[in-house]
Amino acid sequence: MTAIDPTDHLTAEQIEELGRELDAIRDEVIADRGEKDAAYIRKVISAQRKLELVSRGVLLFSIFPPAWLLGTAGLSVAKIMDNMEIGHNILHGQWDWMRDPKIHSTTWEWDHVSPAEQWKHSHNELHHTYTNVIGKDNDLGYGIMRVDEDQKWHPFHLGQPLWNFINACFFEYGIAAYDLELGKNLNKRRRKNPEFRARAKAVGRKIRKQVLKDYVIHPLLSGPSFLPTLAATFTANLVRNIWSHSVIMCGHFPEGVQVFERRSIKGETRGQWYLRQMMGSANISGNRAVHFMTGNLSHQIEHHLFPDLPSNRYAEVAVKVRALFEKYELEYVTGPLPKQVFSAWRKVFRLSLPNKKPEVRTPDREQELVAA
Amino acid sequence: MTSATLRSRAWKLLEMVTTPLLPSDYLDLVSPLRAGADLRGRIEAVHPETGDAATVVIRPGRGWRGHTAGQYVRVGVDVDGVRLWRAYSITSPTNRQDGRVTITVKAIPDGKVSNHLVRRVKPGMLIQLDQATGDFVLPQAKPAKVLYLTAGSGITPVMGMLRDIEFDDVVMVHCAPQPQDVIFRSELHDLVAAEKLRLTEVHTATDGMLDIARLDELVPDWAERETWACGPAGLLDAAEKHWSEHGVQERLHTERFRPSIVVAGDGGEVTFSATGKTVDADGATPLLDVGEEAGVLMPSGCRMGICFGCITPLKAGAVRDLRTGEITEAEPGVLIQTCVSAAAGPCDIER
Repeated sequence: MTAIDPTDHLTAEQIEELGRELDAIRDEVIADRGEKDAAYIRKVISAQRKLELVSRGVLLFSIFPPAWLLGTAGLSVAKIMDNMEIGHNILHGQWDWMRDPKIHSTTWEWDHVSPAEQWKHSHNELHHTYTNVIGKDNDLGYGIMRVDEDQKWHPFHLGQPLWNFINACFFEYGIAAYDLELGKNLNKRRRKNPEFRARAKAVGRKIRKQVLKDYVIHPLLSGPSFLPTLAATFTANLVRNIWSHSVIMCGHFPEGVQVFERRSIKGETRGQWYLRQMMGSANISGNRAVHFMTGNLSHQIEHHLFPDLPSNRYAEVAVKVRALFEKYELEYVTGPLPKQVFSAWRKVFRLSLPNKKPEVRTPDREQELVAA
Repeated sequence: MTSATLRSRAWKLLEMVTTPLLPSDYLDLVSPLRAGADLRGRIEAVHPETGDAATVVIRPGRGWRGHTAGQYVRVGVDVDGVRLWRAYSITSPTNRQDGRVTITVKAIPDGKVSNHLVRRVKPGMLIQLDQATGDFVLPQAKPAKVLYLTAGSGITPVMGMLRDIEFDDVVMVHCAPQPQDVIFRSELHDLVAAEKLRLTEVHTATDGMLDIARLDELVPDWAERETWACGPAGLLDAAEKHWSEHGVQERLHTERFRPSIVVAGDGGEVTFSATGKTVDADGATPLLDVGEEAGVLMPSGCRMGICFGCITPLKAGAVRDLRTGEITEAEPGVLIQTCVSAAAGPCDIER
């Protein structure tokens, strides 16, 4: 926790009242959820599929540079749509209420090397429940970075700008490794754990299928355009990876976002949980295209408060949520994409070095809690 | 290599091209009714029958295997964005030239699907279909004399039969509140005029409910007739009793529309059908806790309704969302979040 707690001015009663007001916002959307929302996600899915089909069709002729450019751009956008507005949100269960088995968190699979099932566990369950709690939420730096002064510095962190850049380029592989908790599971004993082996095998299978599709089958189908198509799919994956990495960095890393200690969430009430989501997330401001291409994760604060509400509703919810931030005198961290990306990167660089200020944390107490 | 193995190899290759989706996900965009697709139908017309009933004309997908007169079909309709499944009798004859099938739907008060089908669907909409099923059908051998005993929308499967096969001697006794409530009334009267049917209408709003003992007077030879009866439970119970008292129960065929009456209460007996455990639960304890308490291995996650890691099929009964108070009733394919749902009456959780 940062030295000054920005929620200090709130009484326990106020925090519970805030929780009730947020519940009311959620109930309102649920009562109104219906045909229009269903039509929205179906339209997006249909558009994504058509765009992907057309782009891959164009890439069959990618030996001609204009076709390469057009196909690569289209495929990049299609992959971003698949991962962000469609995959991320369906896997959150945002569309389960439609009872359509084809658009459901239990059946959906995405254009990503991390199998949906594993990602749901590490993302929906661990990250969303323990948002920004040091030691519980591994999204804080993905286990390879230090993103808060309170985290202990290690010489390894000197390289974190480089690790972060590599992670951005191969983000989907980073996520797959992260879902497998590779760092923790690489020692000999853990490697032999049958449960870990099964999960690693599933990832291997998914990687094989994805690589075969993007780098073998589609280039082969392109015949003389083999190499340009290969380069195009590589580029599309790179664009998608850097884009989603940037968007996700903006969610919790920019300056002004709070992190929490393990002991602070013990016996947490609903109101306190909501408050932690509010203080632990940051938004991206922009036009409708920005919101759409980020899968509405530009409304990260609203998404963290209500991860199961349909993404197309976050924009209207944001107006009400922001009013609550003002009412309770809390800082709503938001800004345009370049500013937020810059802010997150600056933090990555800054924290690659040890703190200038002395640490306020008492390591002994932390150890005690870990042991308990 | 046989053509079948060649085809399956080609399909495998196609799956590699479309992974992680399936080729069908793309084909559905252009041809949702093609052979090999999940069975669907396109609504082509909706014809009003009475003030609260309408016939829906459906063009089924290529996978439709046809039906036998008297059978029903389950249809999946998106109402306010939520897919709901209901069963309706098929009212079209089996030899309809254009290959379309019709269902005739009576809007029941508060009926989500029936009101949607009668009043809101438009030609062009897609619905999900199952294959036709049900054993309320005519036999292979033609009976000499037939009696159709129906009430309300119970006439729908019988209309499918009437339109399908002509018998030499057919009597129908049909109950409806008033003449204008009789579905297919003009068509029935045309059959009467053509001497293909003898019809007795019982108008219950003025005549009162049909007393089954009156059959002796309405259809003196009822006991000699092969009878198909469809209507409310009260009528069918009385008919079954009447026929067995006269020792002719084998001539009576009945169809009961499944009563889907779920009484949503506060707590109830929870059955974990896969484990075979039954316990009492109150209306405030999450079913996840109820199951774990009973020693059932329950999938779990965040325990606060956000991660969808605990969703489990609800096989029967009803549950209440502890956050919104919303009631969810069991239907095939319905999944619930056990960490934020409590029993709202007796229910069956597949764990």
